[in-house]
Amino acid sequence: MTGLIAIGVAAGIVAGLLGVGGGVLFVPGLVLFVGLDQHHAEATSLLAIVPVAIVGTYRHDRYGNVRRADALALGLMSLAGAAGGVALANALSGALLRDAFAALMVVVAAQLARRSLGRGGVAHPGVEDAVAEQQEVDQRQEPGGREVDHLGGEPER
Amino acid sequence: MQVAAEHLSRRSLKLMAIGTLAGLFSGLFGVGGGSVIVPLLVLWLGYDERAATATSLAAIVFIAGFAAAAQGLYGNVRLLDAVLVGVPAVGGVLIGAWLQQRLQARAIALLFAAVLVASAVELVLG
Repeated sequence: MTGLIAIGVAAGIVAGLLGVGGGVLFVPGLVLFVGLDQHHAEATSLLAIVPVAIVGTYRHDRYGNVRRADALALGLMSLAGAAGGVALANALSGALLRDAFAALMVVVAAQLARRSLGRGGVAHPGVEDAVAEQQEVDQRQEPGGREVDHLGGEPER
Repeated sequence: MQVAAEHLSRRSLKLMAIGTLAGLFSGLFGVGGGSVIVPLLVLWLGYDERAATATSLAAIVFIAGFAAAAQGLYGNVRLLDAVLVGVPAVGGVLIGAWLQQRLQARAIALLFAAVLVASAVELVLG
């Protein structure tokens, strides 16, 4: 139980600090430290993401950045895809799914490295799982706040 | 009028495509899908990054919720584990966002990238 809470807090801190998403941290945390298999870890991660996304949405919405109609449309129209993705995940073996997820982690790591090494930050938001992106927005929107990218570099654009 | 209607339906198709792709990605990998949604909102619908990020987060509430429900039907969701990870994570994100304005995050990002790669290797070999 302590391990689970520690994973949540640690993943949350890294997510808030670096703009890497919750899921890409929850899943390996649950596999490596709690011993869940890949399917259980992914499923559990999905549910754990929900409260984080709700709070993140609330924080963004205060700044009027959430385009609600589009968000609702995206959310509702994801149903078929989500069902298909879950069916696909469950059709794959744990080993294959785990290897695919490991590849995803390497891609995220590469993008994170590129972003932090790049001049002025490529700061491609596509790198990030949006669960954790709100700090970038908060920072830019703070009254009188400095415009810096979310890795503390030069202003982008 | 007709042009407007055409524009509208093309926009709806794009939203549908993004939602479907994000759902697939989310369901397959157990992540939110923001890494699919944010760039596509920017590229296809002309969003700025801020609005894309915010709108993506709101969409993820539904997407992750649907995918979690679907995984629930397969009996894969560990409900208590999810609560014990997800609720403290909210506090963690707030701490991280606070730290982020006070630390030199670049070096930490590189270090963390290395940790991610090491974890990926551990996953595959472990």
